[in-house]
Amino acid sequence: MSIDLKTIKHISKLARISVDEQRAEKLAGDLNSIFDFIEKLNELKTDNVEPLTSIAETSLKLRSDEVKSKNIREQIIKNSPQDNEDYFVVPKVIE
Amino acid sequence: MSDITKQSLTELVENIKNKKLSSTDVTKAFIDRSEKSGELNAYITNDFTSALDKAKKFDQKPNLDLKLPGIPMAVKDLFCTKNIKTTAGSKILNNFVPTYESTVTENIWNEGAILLGKLNCDEFAMGSSNETSFFGNVQSPIDKNLVPGGSSGGSASAVAGQLTPVTIGTDTGGSIRQPASFTGIVGLKPTYGSCSRYGIVAFASSLDQAGPMAQNVKDCALLHEVISSYDPKDSTSIDFKRNHYSKELTNNIKGKKIGIPKEYRVDGMPKEIEALWQKGIQYIKDCGAETIDISLPNTSYALPTYYIVAPAEASSNLARYDGVKYGYRAKGENLIDMYEKTRSEGFGTEVQRRIMIGTYVLSSGYYDAYYLKAQKVRKLIKNDFDEAYKKVDAILTPSTPSSAFKIGEKTNDPVSMYLNDIFTVPVNLAGLPGISIPAGHDSKGYPLGLQIIGKAFDEQNILNIAYAMEEKINFKNKITDWWIK
Repeated sequence: MSIDLKTIKHISKLARISVDEQRAEKLAGDLNSIFDFIEKLNELKTDNVEPLTSIAETSLKLRSDEVKSKNIREQIIKNSPQDNEDYFVVPKVIE
Repeated sequence: MSDITKQSLTELVENIKNKKLSSTDVTKAFIDRSEKSGELNAYITNDFTSALDKAKKFDQKPNLDLKLPGIPMAVKDLFCTKNIKTTAGSKILNNFVPTYESTVTENIWNEGAILLGKLNCDEFAMGSSNETSFFGNVQSPIDKNLVPGGSSGGSASAVAGQLTPVTIGTDTGGSIRQPASFTGIVGLKPTYGSCSRYGIVAFASSLDQAGPMAQNVKDCALLHEVISSYDPKDSTSIDFKRNHYSKELTNNIKGKKIGIPKEYRVDGMPKEIEALWQKGIQYIKDCGAETIDISLPNTSYALPTYYIVAPAEASSNLARYDGVKYGYRAKGENLIDMYEKTRSEGFGTEVQRRIMIGTYVLSSGYYDAYYLKAQKVRKLIKNDFDEAYKKVDAILTPSTPSSAFKIGEKTNDPVSMYLNDIFTVPVNLAGLPGISIPAGHDSKGYPLGLQIIGKAFDEQNILNIAYAMEEKINFKNKITDWWIK
């Protein structure tokens, strides 16, 4: 299989990472060699195998639905690149 | 003073408890040596001033009942530390100061230890050589221009170089065991669910585990005892009875059955590694245990499986870095442009590559062919181990297919870099514990490690085997202090 530049552009759009032409070509090369290596899995027949979705074979514990962190607004805002009082600020999204 | 940093954790704890040393003596000694070790680039952030304050405070009213009384310790910069910058080795978190503490580090401070600083690592723990860190590569104390391994490269370098008595790393595909092997130290990757993931910067959540790295097995057991705990804040944390690993440590492994998996004899593996493995088998027998040839037939599929599962989980986990709530933000013409530029400028090459792989395998039309397929193969790999453990108590393998390589040697070939983790990755996929112990040197004088893989929750058993073997191996790490002027 081969991952072309168009596919790279598509994935980069989905991943929200801007990629210029030069990077895209390098990435296509890297991804192709990685996927060549991954293709080895097709040697295995797995039709009747149950997928392993969780390695820890325990069911989730239930807990009561209580608020444990109170008044942490300041802590949450503290690391924001840009905020305005109690809000995160982002580039304008509504015309 | 210089002798202090050569002491093991167990010795330091004893000397502090017997009042032969104060926490201030010990903390000063490690700070002093760390300050002379800038060339290793093991630290991203140091907290020396406040470490010394804490040590003095400890000495005024020492609580000697604690397990790590006044012991200074640097930790991998993947653990969130309250009010101390936590970067995960990435530009995107270069300004991130957590307002909370990871459970594992909290456990360590609760037992009396003192934070020295945050140790360098591959960006988001994605790498096998510590060359993907935004803060530059780490030098190995073994030799100049040699990689310490990764992703816990700063941690390995700091323990082997005696900048910290012990440390903790994280292991998603070998990130504790491989650097431990490369630098001649002991590293344990615990069973999935034994150490809380709360407050650890996430890479691949079904594989990530924190674990101890130390100069010897006993220190490793002691630190593991401190960090392993049930934590309701981690939904995959498992509530099981934990041992007093260091107290229960024994070198009596008579009658234990140790499996030797033939599939780990891979093509192109250096003769030195095979010889080391044979030596390990002999040591096992010398200890009165028995070795049994076993088969783990799907071993060669582990690495391709890992390179679907881990990037898929990473691409989801790293979606949170969008420049809005925390971390680096690039200027953009609109919201989407801001996201795309932030992630393009904030993430390094390897992280972008893995996000792209992960996004692709999870994208519409490819999910079944890749992700679902990988989950099925992961099941087969786990079944292999389940089957083997009907016959044996543990498994012995080499830790890595080669000794440490030079800085820059593998950076242009991602697949050859990934092959480093060939013996460690199956253990993460199956959620098992694995420990790497130093077992010899290659012809260049570089350390080589052996790995002991256990049943789930059977850390005590592999620690015991490691302890018994350690005594027979009598490994001496060759640290020349080349970086200290």
